[in-house]
Amino acid sequence: MKGLAARRRRPLATVVLLLMALVVTGAAYAVAAPTFANASTTAAGDVQRGRDLFVASCASCHGAQATGTRAAPSLVGVGAAAVDFQVSTGRMPLANTAPQAPRKPTEFTQQDVADLSAYVASLGPGPAIPEDQYLNLKTDDESLAKGAELFRVNCAMCHNVVGAGGALTRGKYAPPLEGVTPKQMYEAMVTGPQSMPVFNDANLSPTDKQDVISYLKYLEEQPSPGGFSLGSLGPVSEALFAWAFGIVVLIGAAVWLTAKSS
Amino acid sequence: MSQTTTPNTAAGGVADFLDTRLGASKAVRGLSRKLFPDHWSFMLGEIALYSFIVLLLSGTFLTLFFVPSMGMTTYEGAYAPLNNVPMSEAYASTLRLSFDIRGGLLMRQVHHWAALLFIASMTVHMFRVFFTGAFRKPRELNWMIGSVLALLGLGAGFSGYSLPDDLLSGNGLRIIDGVIKSIPVVGTYLSFFLFDGEFPGESIIPRLYIVHVLLIPGLILALVGAHLGLVFWQKHTQYPGPGRTNQNVVGFPLLPVYAAKAGGFFFVVFGIMALFGSFVSINSVWNYGPYDPSPISAGTQPDWYILFIDGALRLMPGWEWTVAGFTISFNILIPGLILPGLMTGILIAWPFLESWASGDRREHHVLDRPRNVPVRTAAGVAAIVFYTVLALAATNDLLATHLGLSINDITWTLRFTAILGPPIAFWITKRICLGLQRHDRELALHGRETGRIVRTADGEYFEVHEPLNEYDRWLLVQHDARRPIELPPDVDENGVARPGARKDRIRQKLSRWFYEDRIEPLTPSELAASHAEHEHALEAGEGEERPVVTTGR
Ligand code: HEC
Ligand code: HEC
Ligand code: HEM
Repeated sequence: MKGLAARRRRPLATVVLLLMALVVTGAAYAVAAPTFANASTTAAGDVQRGRDLFVASCASCHGAQATGTRAAPSLVGVGAAAVDFQVSTGRMPLANTAPQAPRKPTEFTQQDVADLSAYVASLGPGPAIPEDQYLNLKTDDESLAKGAELFRVNCAMCHNVVGAGGALTRGKYAPPLEGVTPKQMYEAMVTGPQSMPVFNDANLSPTDKQDVISYLKYLEEQPSPGGFSLGSLGPVSEALFAWAFGIVVLIGAAVWLTAKSS
Repeated sequence: MSQTTTPNTAAGGVADFLDTRLGASKAVRGLSRKLFPDHWSFMLGEIALYSFIVLLLSGTFLTLFFVPSMGMTTYEGAYAPLNNVPMSEAYASTLRLSFDIRGGLLMRQVHHWAALLFIASMTVHMFRVFFTGAFRKPRELNWMIGSVLALLGLGAGFSGYSLPDDLLSGNGLRIIDGVIKSIPVVGTYLSFFLFDGEFPGESIIPRLYIVHVLLIPGLILALVGAHLGLVFWQKHTQYPGPGRTNQNVVGFPLLPVYAAKAGGFFFVVFGIMALFGSFVSINSVWNYGPYDPSPISAGTQPDWYILFIDGALRLMPGWEWTVAGFTISFNILIPGLILPGLMTGILIAWPFLESWASGDRREHHVLDRPRNVPVRTAAGVAAIVFYTVLALAATNDLLATHLGLSINDITWTLRFTAILGPPIAFWITKRICLGLQRHDRELALHGRETGRIVRTADGEYFEVHEPLNEYDRWLLVQHDARRPIELPPDVDENGVARPGARKDRIRQKLSRWFYEDRIEPLTPSELAASHAEHEHALEAGEGEERPVVTTGR
């Protein structure tokens, strides 16, 4: 009889175990998820060294004079900000053909990036590396509110309201913005990588950009007020949770209650 | 309690008072003898009921603080990124509920989780009723009440989702506005009527509020009453088993066992929703900002139960016709109205469709095993597949980013899956059901395989089969045969067309579709014969035969 009773209890035990396993994995992931070092200190770039690096790593696609080839566009006039963004986020050098260059850990040191940027900047005028003063995070309510509104109006349609990322056509996507440094954020706005539009200073003033960055960093640093955020993906992850956990646990409870006691 | 003895406790006094005036003890005795079958799947409806109670309780708390108005104000409170931002009263009060009122966020989250689980448990409950044939005569009416409850659940959920007046709810309303406007001729008028002017207007939140807290909960309450009343009146169905017939109900009496279990279960359900509300964030309205018609967020989706409409809208090709200067937007009309209407129609009409096809007018209180009604089971699975594919389509952008696929490919794949998936699921399910029935038949005839191989004196090998006990066998042989109806010929012997012959031809077709492919259940004589044969086989070591299978083609 005891054995029988134990067997009847087992379905619920499985459910509970499953739940626990999922919670533990989730928590472990949250702890172990990759974080990116904040690399906002700018080192002065060395144009000559930059040219050498460029010839070694980039010229095969962008051409020896950086004037572009069939494989890649010209970099004349893209500015230091574009190079800094593309190389520090690991997008360049492009590894393989995908719908879009993915973010990945960069192989270059900060000095390398600075040198490459200085070299490309020397080819023609373009957006410069943002000044540090615009990269300080603001914490006053007014700036945060402004940043939040600007982000909703200008960016949320691609990046989602909390910067969780979103899909574009044909495998392209607006990436999630968690872990992106303020400098990279600023550079993304001024250079408009790939499918992203350029937000020049006439569209969004430097202080506006600073507000947007401050808001994004605020979201990243604040704990989720309501508990587990389920990836901030909105109703779909809630739906999944309601079915995969809620209904399963509720039915588990019903099975447990109606199992005859022996 | 009789009238001659005087009760000597206070409770006894009250009981006696009620009894002598209302005859309460008779009612209680009757009630407590009411029997409830004990099976987990009979508790699914209870989950829905209890979630509804949780909704009423948490919702009442929300009404104390929620301000159903679209008048402009500014939020002043603890959430920094929205502090001093102009917005509607509705949104500001939802933010206050979330950040500035003790327990407010918990109540909001409990309310919303309960809403998702309310509709999900109704759905699972409906599956149980469908696949076991519990909707058959005399319970068709209760099936219809249930369907209306499910629709009201969707209405309650959608109206609630729209109340906070954040970007997400505004986007949802904008889609509804679009769907209404796609109705030819009257669409724009209806939209202006609903929103009291051009979208979004200033009236929709107060209007939806009354719908959400009064109209729909009231209707749900009344219909739940009718629903449960009918369950009481008609008594529960029960799963087939030895000693269970169309004339009895086997189970626990309401008092004390069932009441204790049900009462305990309410607290389990409440507890699970409270846990969810405490630990898992839902509808973080502060992220979305106040509603403003210009922005829209990536990953904007409705709550799960509306996903299928959103998905249908995403899958539909952009067909638009211009007829006599009027644009007819089939791209919205079909997925937004016609398709959900059709799905609802089939849902409500199913019991009648089935009894029309089977010609079965008897009452049924013993449930079907899903395998014994292959076409119904297969149709149910096909419907679930269709619904799920549509719901998945609403998540195409998230599928694209999280699986690293192209959204265009996903959309095309799901278009084909929506059309081909249900028939394939239908075919597979039907085959599985027939296979299971065949297996049951074999089991009833020959018993369980024991794995024991016996060698006869002549050197032949055979496996010993252990016959089932009578209880187990009962389950396998209790069901009736179902065959297509045979209708009289279209014309009588004088060549005169029979009235209604055309309608009958459709009915005949439907009936064939339902019941043509089937495994005939065992008859008592077959069983008896098999017993004799079995004994014989044990002695002579004869092989088994395949059971008789009747198929249409
Ligand atoms: C395998 C070929 C390849 C290599 C190697 C490569 N790139 Fe690129 N790069 C591309 C392509 C293709 C594009 C355009 C599409 C894109 O942005 O992904 C591009 C775009 C860029 C842009 C953005 C241009 C703009 O208009 O904003 C910059 C900056 C850039 N590359 C810098 C570099 C640097 C610096 C290196 C060397 C470290 C490098 N690339 C190496 C292929 C390459
Ligand atoms: C039309 C869609 C679109 C809009 C609008 C848009 N972005 Fe982007 N954004 C993209 C895409 C696509 C990329 C990826 C580019 C790449 O990989 O080269 C991107 C990349 C970024 C990145 C780099 C992320 C990383 O992983 O390194 C940041 C930061 C960013 N966007 C911020 C913004 C901000 C802030 C705004 C609003 C001011 C904005 N974006 C508006 C599409 C968009
Ligand atoms: C019939 C079942 C019901 C369902 C499915 C349902 C669903 C919902 C949903 C999904 C929301 C959005 C809430 C949010 O995320 O904040 C909501 C809000 C709300 N509901 Fe309900 N509800 C139901 C019944 C009730 C009842 C009975 C009441 C009151 C007596 C009520 C009062 C409210 C109020 C005041 C809000 C707005 C407050 C807010 O958004 O924070 N609801 N409801």
